[in-house]
Amino acid sequence: MPVFWLILIVLGLAAVGYIIGRQRALASAGGDSRHLHSLPSYYGSNVSIKVMVPAFFLMIVWLLAQPFVIEGRVSGMIPESEIREGSSASLLMAEVRRASEGLENAVAGGFMTDEEARNARADLSDVTQRLKDAGQVVTNTITQPILKAAQAHRAMVKSSNLYMSIAVIAIAVAGVFWGLAGAKADFRARNVVERSIRWLLVAAASIAILTTIGIVLSLIFNTVEFFRLYPASQFFFNPTWLPSFGGGIDADGNPLSKLGIIPLLWGTLYISLIALAVAVPIGLFAAIFLSEYAGPKTRAIAKPMLEVLAGIPTIVYGLFALLTVGPLLIGVFGDDGLGWMQAGTAVMTAGLVMGIMLIPFVSSLSDDIINAVPQAMRDGSYGLGATKSETIKQVVLPAALPGIVGAILLAASRAIGETMIVVLGAGAAARLSLNPFEAMTTVTAKIVSQLTGDADFASPEALVAFALGMTLFIITLGLNVFALYIVRKYREQYD
Amino acid sequence: MTDASIHSPASGGKSSLLALDARTKRRNAAEARFRMYGISAVAAGVFFLVVLLGAILSNGVGAFQQTFLTVEVYLDPAKLDKKGQRDIADIKKVSTFGYTPLVQQGLFDQIEANGIETPLAKRKDMKALISASAAAQVRDFVIANPDRIGDKVEFRVLTSSRVDGYLKGRVTRESVARDKNIKPVHLDLVDSFTDLGIIKKEFNWSFITGADASESRAEQAGMGVSILGSFFMTLVVLALALPIGVAASIYLEEFAPQNRFTDLIEVNISNLAAVPSIVFGILGLAVFIQFAHLPQSAPLVGGLVLTLMTLPTIIISTRASLKSVPPSIRDAALGIGASKMQAVFHHVLPLAMPGILTGTIIGLAQALGETAPLLLIGMVGYIATNYPEGIASGFMDPNSAMPAQIYEWAKRADPAYYERAWGGIIILLVFLLTMNIIAIILRRRFERRW
Repeated sequence: MPVFWLILIVLGLAAVGYIIGRQRALASAGGDSRHLHSLPSYYGSNVSIKVMVPAFFLMIVWLLAQPFVIEGRVSGMIPESEIREGSSASLLMAEVRRASEGLENAVAGGFMTDEEARNARADLSDVTQRLKDAGQVVTNTITQPILKAAQAHRAMVKSSNLYMSIAVIAIAVAGVFWGLAGAKADFRARNVVERSIRWLLVAAASIAILTTIGIVLSLIFNTVEFFRLYPASQFFFNPTWLPSFGGGIDADGNPLSKLGIIPLLWGTLYISLIALAVAVPIGLFAAIFLSEYAGPKTRAIAKPMLEVLAGIPTIVYGLFALLTVGPLLIGVFGDDGLGWMQAGTAVMTAGLVMGIMLIPFVSSLSDDIINAVPQAMRDGSYGLGATKSETIKQVVLPAALPGIVGAILLAASRAIGETMIVVLGAGAAARLSLNPFEAMTTVTAKIVSQLTGDADFASPEALVAFALGMTLFIITLGLNVFALYIVRKYREQYD
Repeated sequence: MTDASIHSPASGGKSSLLALDARTKRRNAAEARFRMYGISAVAAGVFFLVVLLGAILSNGVGAFQQTFLTVEVYLDPAKLDKKGQRDIADIKKVSTFGYTPLVQQGLFDQIEANGIETPLAKRKDMKALISASAAAQVRDFVIANPDRIGDKVEFRVLTSSRVDGYLKGRVTRESVARDKNIKPVHLDLVDSFTDLGIIKKEFNWSFITGADASESRAEQAGMGVSILGSFFMTLVVLALALPIGVAASIYLEEFAPQNRFTDLIEVNISNLAAVPSIVFGILGLAVFIQFAHLPQSAPLVGGLVLTLMTLPTIIISTRASLKSVPPSIRDAALGIGASKMQAVFHHVLPLAMPGILTGTIIGLAQALGETAPLLLIGMVGYIATNYPEGIASGFMDPNSAMPAQIYEWAKRADPAYYERAWGGIIILLVFLLTMNIIAIILRRRFERRW
C-alpha cells in the first residue's frame, strides 16, 4: 500500500475519532457542555492526537529503519567473491537496490508477471532483457547472485511494507479507543491536548538543532572517509590542485590526484578581499551619508534602492559577472588594452561583482549600528565646535567601531561562502598567483564542480568536496561567532 | 616707523566674522569633501543597480521574441507512408530525418517562387536557416493528422538560432565569417525572406511555457518546465517551513523557559542563518539522497533543502512579529480565563499573522532565487525536458528550477543561450518582484502599530 494512502487512512481515522470523541463527551455530560471539564472540541482533539501522533511516529521510524534492516540481511546473501576489484560492498548494494526497483517497476508496467520476478531460477539474460524492455536502467553487471539478492530484497520490501501498513493502521485504531476512553465529562481533555501541543512546539523548535547535527555529521562522516582514502598532509599542505580524471595511484603509492586546498583558500581569500575592498568603503560611506546627512526624503528613496541589490539572487550576479563585467574588463585590461588579462573570468571580475552584492549588506548593518550611537555623544561634540564630519570621524565612528568590524566580518563570511558568482565569474583553474586579472578558483566553486562532475561518489575526487565543505563551514562559523560576539559586546554599552 | 616693526599678532590675523580664516576654510572644505564621499557612495550603489538592471533588460528582452518562418511543406506520401495504408504504426516509423528534406524543400521552393537570386543552389543549403525542431514539429502534425499526407500544408516553424541572432543583431556578417554553421550568402537570403515577410519576429510564448532543449537548439529552449519545478519546490517549502517555523517561534517566544536547551536552540538558529547556502546543499546530498535514498533531482528534495535553509529566516521574522503584539493582549485573554495556549493561538497568533506572512513570503522569495544547493542535489543539466505528468510526478520526477536552468544555459557554449539566460532572469525577477510587492501590500494593509 503506498505511503500516501496510509497517510490518508490515518488522517481519516483521526477525523472520525474527532467527531465521535466530541459527541461521546457531550453525551456523557447530558448534552450540556457546561458540565464538561473542557470545551467539547478538546475531547475530539484528544482522540485525533492519540490517533495521529503514535501512528505517524511509527511510520517515520519504520521508513527510516527499513532500508538498514533489509540491506543488512540482503548483504549477507552476497558472497565476498562478487565484490570486484575497485568496487565496494556499498556499490554492489546500490546495484541490488536498482535491480530490485527495476523488477518492481517492470511488474507494475506489465512487462513481467509477479511469478517471473520471484522465480529464483529465472534465466539471467531473459530477465535483463525484460527489464530493458520495461525501460529500467540496467547495467550489464547483473550476475546471478545479484539477481537473487535483488529478488530477496524486493520480497522483503514488499512484506515489510505490508507489515508496516498493518502495524500503522492497528496503532491508529488503538489510538481511537485510547482517546475515546477519555471522552468522559470529568476527563481533563484540555490539559492533555495542550501538553501534547506543547511537545509538538518543542519538536518544531528542535529542528534547528537537528539541522546543525545533520550538517556536522554529514560533513564529518564523509570527511573522515576522504582522509582514509587520501593523506591529510597532502590535502592541507600540497600547493597544487589537480584532480586526475578517474583517480588512481602512481608507482610510489601516492594518489595521482593532487588535491591541495592551499590554492583554493588563496583564491577564496583573494576574491573576498577584493569584494570587501569594493563593498566596505562604498557601503560604509553610504551608511554614514544616509544616517547622518540625508534628509528623510532622500533616505526613503536611496535606502530601498540599495536594499534591492540585496534581494537580487546570486545567479543574476553570476551572469552579470560572466557576460557583462568580464567582457568590460577584457576591453580595458585585455590584449587590446593594457594586456594584463587573458580571459573574462578572473579574480577581479568575481571580486568586483561580489563587492556590489555586499554593498547593501555592509550599509544596512552599519546603518543600524551608527543609528544606535546615542545622540548625546554627537550633541556633545557639536557643542565643542566640531563640524559634522569631525564629529563622525572622531566620535561616532570610534563609538561604532566594534559594530562596524562585526558587520565587516559578517560580510567577509558571506563573501567566503558565496558560490554562484565565483562559479560563473572566477574561472576554473586553481592558481597561486598575485595577479588579480588571472583566473582562480575558490573552495565553493570546487565543491560544486567535484560533486556535479562524473566522479564516482566513493572516490577521493568526489569526497574531497566534503572536506572542503567542512573547511568552509568551520571558517564561516568562526567568523560569524566572532562577529556576533563583537556586536553583542558593543551593544551592551548603550542599551 | 619702519614697516618691519609693525608685526604685532593683532594686525597679522585680523579676524572677522565675515571673512573665514584659512583653518576654518580647511575644515569646511574637509566637511564638504566628506559629504561628497557619502553622496558618491550612495550614487555608486544606485549606479550599480541601474547598470545591473539595464544589463538584464537590454540583454534579456530579446529572448521574448523569436524568429519564425512560414513554409509550405509538401507531405510527400512516397516518403512518409511508403505502403500507402495510412497505418499510424507505419507513419511513426519515419523518423525526423525523413521529414527534414521535405521542410528544406518547402523553403527552397520559395526561392524560385519569389525569384530571389542566390548562389545557394541546393536544397541542403537551407539547413542553416531552419531549426532542427522544425522536422519534429511537422512529424507531430502528420502523426496527429495522417489524412493530410499528400497535401501541401503551411507551417510556422522556428528558424535556426543564427538567423534569429542575425535579426536581433547578435550575429553580424563579421562574426559569421568564422562560423561554420552559416555563411554570409545565407544572410543575404534571410534579408530577402524578411522583406517578403516569410521570416518574421514574433512574441515567443514558448520561451515562457516551453521545455529545455538540447545544446544545438537554443531557439527551442524555454523556461516552462523549470518554472513548474520551482513551483513544486516552493509548495514544499511553504507547506513545511511555515508551520514548523511558526511552531518553533511560538515555543521560543511564548513558552520556552530560560535554560540551556533554549539557549542551544537560539544559538543554532542564529548560526544556521549565516551558514553558506552551499553547505545546505551538502547536507541535502548526504542526508536526503545518500542516506534516505530519496530520488535525485526531485523538486521534493530541493524543497526539503530549501526548507531547512529558509527556516531561520522565517523563525526570526515570526518571532519579531510575535514580540510586537503587546503583552496587554495576552493579559486580557488570561484574565478572562483562557489558558496560555488559548491566549497564544486565539489572540496573539491572529494579530501577528500579517507580519508572519510577510516574513514567510520574503523567505520564499529568497528560496526561489537560490541556486547553489540545488546544483549539489542534481537539479542541473539537461533535465527540465518533460512536463510533469501529475502532482506526484511534479514532486518526484527529475526537474530543474528557474535559477538552476539559468545557470545551465549560462554554461552552454552557444551565445544564443546567453540571451535565454538573461531572459530567464527577467522571468525570475518578475516572480520575485511580485512576491515582494505582495509582502509590502500585506504589511501596508494589515500592519498594526500598537
